[in-house]
Amino acid sequence: MPILKSFRLVGHRTVNAVWRLGYASRFFMMTMFYSGPSFRRFHLTIKEMFSSGVMSLIIILVAGMFVGMVLGLQGYETLKRYGSESALGSLVALSLVRELGPVLAALLFASRAGSAMTAEIGLMKATEQIAAMEMMAVNPIARVIAPRFWAGVLSMPLLASLFSAMGVFGGYVVGVVLIGVDEGSFWSQMQDSVDFNHDILNGLIKSLVFGVAVTVIALFEGYDAPPTAEGVSGATTRTVVESSLAILILDFILTAFMFRGD
Amino acid sequence: MERTALDLWVGAFVVAGIAALVVLALKVGNLSTYNVSDTYQLHAYFTNVGGLKPTASVRSAGVLVGRVTEIKLDIERYEARVTMSIDTRYNFPKDTFANIQTAGLLGENYIGLLPGGEEQMLKNGEAFKQTQSAMVLEDLIGQFIYGKPGGNGSGSK
Repeated sequence: MPILKSFRLVGHRTVNAVWRLGYASRFFMMTMFYSGPSFRRFHLTIKEMFSSGVMSLIIILVAGMFVGMVLGLQGYETLKRYGSESALGSLVALSLVRELGPVLAALLFASRAGSAMTAEIGLMKATEQIAAMEMMAVNPIARVIAPRFWAGVLSMPLLASLFSAMGVFGGYVVGVVLIGVDEGSFWSQMQDSVDFNHDILNGLIKSLVFGVAVTVIALFEGYDAPPTAEGVSGATTRTVVESSLAILILDFILTAFMFRGD
Repeated sequence: MERTALDLWVGAFVVAGIAALVVLALKVGNLSTYNVSDTYQLHAYFTNVGGLKPTASVRSAGVLVGRVTEIKLDIERYEARVTMSIDTRYNFPKDTFANIQTAGLLGENYIGLLPGGEEQMLKNGEAFKQTQSAMVLEDLIGQFIYGKPGGNGSGSK
């Protein structure tokens, strides 16, 4: 009965997915519940901020610079047709601050830091370090998971702001220095159209939400990984795939809430 | 507990991130020109507001003096009632002329104020007596095609 078998498979997959979702939610609540130590012993969080935030700086800065430069080039070519090259500043700044900064920084963060988190925790589990902690009455969620969570959540908005600032600088270099758009109109059009509350704060909120999503997915996949070499590699792949999808879907939802109807 | 090189790196990272945010706020955003000073309300009636939106700027001689806060239809006059908040540093005579202008050919709409010569100033809650509605491009094209004389858009009262 191949039909029955495929039905059974679909049902099994669905139930399994719901099961995992519930487990992930419980994992998230446990992380929040045991976050006290990661603030009382802040050096744990600092250490994780170094490995997830500081080590991601190079890729974020270089990527931001080049994204801004591409925006400057493409935007100039398009705006030139309508004779409104002076709007280049607001085009570059708005697209970076609202969308590209938070989203691209989060995607890079997921692949640079999220995958590393998953692999690290998966290996800790495979080599039974997590079980050893439990034996010593050390709560692995409080000691291992929560500091990484808060480090990721705190790093993400900082990385996104750096990305946007670098991007604006890249757009400035290409638009004003290389192509020769008027410097005054570049900055003044930008300041006219970018609103602090509406654009910059909303971008920050976006990156904060992405930070929560990426770190929770990465930590959960690592914690839930089968303790084998294959299991850890599969979990790492799932982290990148799931967090990228989560970022893009959340971005659509947040954008619909934040920027509709004006 | 002693200080480590790690702390320095993370501290530098946090400082850089916050500096980027400040740059975004001041250089890219409008926080440097953000008006936290007191404002007062003025109204203006227009037969057509065109593409004017709330938060549009109010300018006099090209200088930003306030923002449009509300646009709604006045049922008694069947005209658009535009409320704007003006910086208290700026006062305008009673016969000031308010018109809706466009930045460039296809740009944003904003309200331009052309001060008159009267001694008395407009107070909080009062309305401009003379207004000129937005120039609607389609109407202009229609007038051009059908050869009607222009000036239909200037419904001054």
